[in-house]
Amino acid sequence: MAQKVLLTEKKVSIILRRLCHQLIERHGNFSNTVLVGLQPRGTLLLDQLLDLLKAKKIGPIKSGKLDTTFFRDDFRRSERPLNAKTTEMNEIVEGKDVVLIDDVLFTGRSIRSALTAIDTYGRPKSIELLVLVDRRFSRHLPIQPDYLGAQIDALQGDKVKVVWSEDPSQNIVYLEKNNE
Amino acid sequence: MKKLSVSHLLGIKYLQPEDLHLIFETATHFKEVINRPIKKVPSLRDITIANLFFENSTRTKLSFELAEKRLSADVINFSAGQSSVSKGETLVDTVNNILAMKVDMIVMRHPNPGAAHFLSKAVESCIINAGDGTHEHPSQALLDAFSLQEKFGSLQGKRIAIVGDILHSRVALSNIYALKMLGAEVKLCAPKSLLPKHIESLGVSTSTDLMQVLKWCDAANMLRVQNERMELSYFPSTREYSQNFGLNGARLKELRKEIVILHPGPINRGVEITSEVADSDQAIILDQVENGVAIRMAIIYLLGSQLNITAS
Repeated sequence: MAQKVLLTEKKVSIILRRLCHQLIERHGNFSNTVLVGLQPRGTLLLDQLLDLLKAKKIGPIKSGKLDTTFFRDDFRRSERPLNAKTTEMNEIVEGKDVVLIDDVLFTGRSIRSALTAIDTYGRPKSIELLVLVDRRFSRHLPIQPDYLGAQIDALQGDKVKVVWSEDPSQNIVYLEKNNE
Repeated sequence: MKKLSVSHLLGIKYLQPEDLHLIFETATHFKEVINRPIKKVPSLRDITIANLFFENSTRTKLSFELAEKRLSADVINFSAGQSSVSKGETLVDTVNNILAMKVDMIVMRHPNPGAAHFLSKAVESCIINAGDGTHEHPSQALLDAFSLQEKFGSLQGKRIAIVGDILHSRVALSNIYALKMLGAEVKLCAPKSLLPKHIESLGVSTSTDLMQVLKWCDAANMLRVQNERMELSYFPSTREYSQNFGLNGARLKELRKEIVILHPGPINRGVEITSEVADSDQAIILDQVENGVAIRMAIIYLLGSQLNITAS
């Protein structure tokens, strides 16, 4: 499987800082906001954003980690069994402005299941979507991000892989070509 | 990605340790779900489950029904008392008639040991055993072991006592299999007349001295005396049983250590356990009930994920 760099460490770092500023523009001091990272990989992006926002002395910011396995629409339809990950939602989202956070937006089905799952914690005032990478022209559902890192074009069988590092300046995004 | 090694839940005997760990892991997630403001997930919305109870049950039936509803399954209930069974219909005919109504999964309790096993061979459906006579009660054993694991972290090397009517108890047998599979040591304590012969061949030890067993154990599962299954007298009187094998506050104090106390319910207060003990902080009886829903959701979810979609 051939690997190509889509976003370099430097680009990812710039994008993360821009996303933070966009969030601040819209949410101010985050008093009515809950940032929700989607398991498994959206939570890693959430952690990095939280670190950056904390460094800007913004907060405290309410956040949570949401697993949407039990809300997916491919139960019994997927080749592989769907095993759940941990959900850590200590916030009731009733009346809150929720931002769903994921690394890659592809078909939109994970986001659809997240929209249903988040409802089990109350009725939010609004829900927005933040993604690092948007795979264009591959959506199965009418779902678009409100905050977007980068748009990329990739073939159906290709895989977009975000590698998160402990060091925030070392994150990188690859495209893995499916040669079959 | 993990899945169960079986397509029915007939007994703990047929499971692998990995199955138990997968069920527990999934149940942990469901326990979080049932503590949300909205306690329901849509996973099984296209699955219909029939609860067939050929024997009385309150807790298990409610727990299964709640688990099914929290998973959004359609549920139909059946009790033998008001059915054609009393008109002479066979078990296989009854179940095949129910399956003809496009039912995907059967949860069955039956007074005859092996009924669930027999049914799994006779009909085309996923069978969950909710207790078959004096044989097995796998979901109860799973929730007991899950509750203990929550308390202890791991059951490896832990000493668990099962006290009471071992002879007539399906909970005891399933518990023995589950606890041994998870690495615990198991000791049974009962009057000689209520201990099955050759039970040691399952790798457990036995005793008739309650105090000695309590001193040995980290947790004690107190079983009910199943008067409804007794055709003979197995001990002279309830009072004598309670004096020798009942758990009371004085006995617990004498131990000078804290042990965890379980009871599968229904409790005969004052017989196998006194109110003082049943309502104490050491008893995790109500945790068992809460975990029961999560465990049953996990069982149904995992078995449901293996159902062929064209079959429904």
